[in-house]
Amino acid sequence: MKKADIASALFERTGIARKDSGQMVEMMLDLIKETLKEGETVKLAGFGNFVVRKKNERNGRNPKTGQKIGITPRKVISFKASQGFKKRVENS
Amino acid sequence: MTRSGLIEKLSLRYTLLKKDEIEVVVKEILKIIKDALKDGDKVEIRGFGSFRLRSRKKREGRNPKTGMKVLVPEKKVPFFKAGKELKELVDH
Repeated sequence: MKKADIASALFERTGIARKDSGQMVEMMLDLIKETLKEGETVKLAGFGNFVVRKKNERNGRNPKTGQKIGITPRKVISFKASQGFKKRVENS
Repeated sequence: MTRSGLIEKLSLRYTLLKKDEIEVVVKEILKIIKDALKDGDKVEIRGFGSFRLRSRKKREGRNPKTGMKVLVPEKKVPFFKAGKELKELVDH
């Protein structure tokens, strides 16, 4: 399923105009991105939380050559699904 | 930011829909993603990331209250992988 499919499903399920459906999907994703860019957590009830986590510097290895390399400190996104979401899919 | 904060901000940015319509839209978009995963589909949004299910093997766990051993059956859990653009946006 791609972004356009989400917009189509939204149109079919809610009857919101196609143009609005597409816009809403786009804007909602953009807003989540902007919020995460600021390092702020996004908590979506019934769905899950997107959290920006800081990773410290650590040593790694190039898996191909085995050579040691330093991995610079960085920020990454972690998503934790809500209990309800987990329950819905556990037997899929 | 919470789901209601998201709805609030979207209603300021997109005035073609009423706030209560946007609330329905946001909830429905999240539900569409959950339903897709439940049906065994994955959701891939370019620039944002992808949602899919991962399998967890069955394991022996313990009831934290009683200490009794219990068998936790094989199950699926939701997994989100941030896309390239979102990764770069967050790690600035």
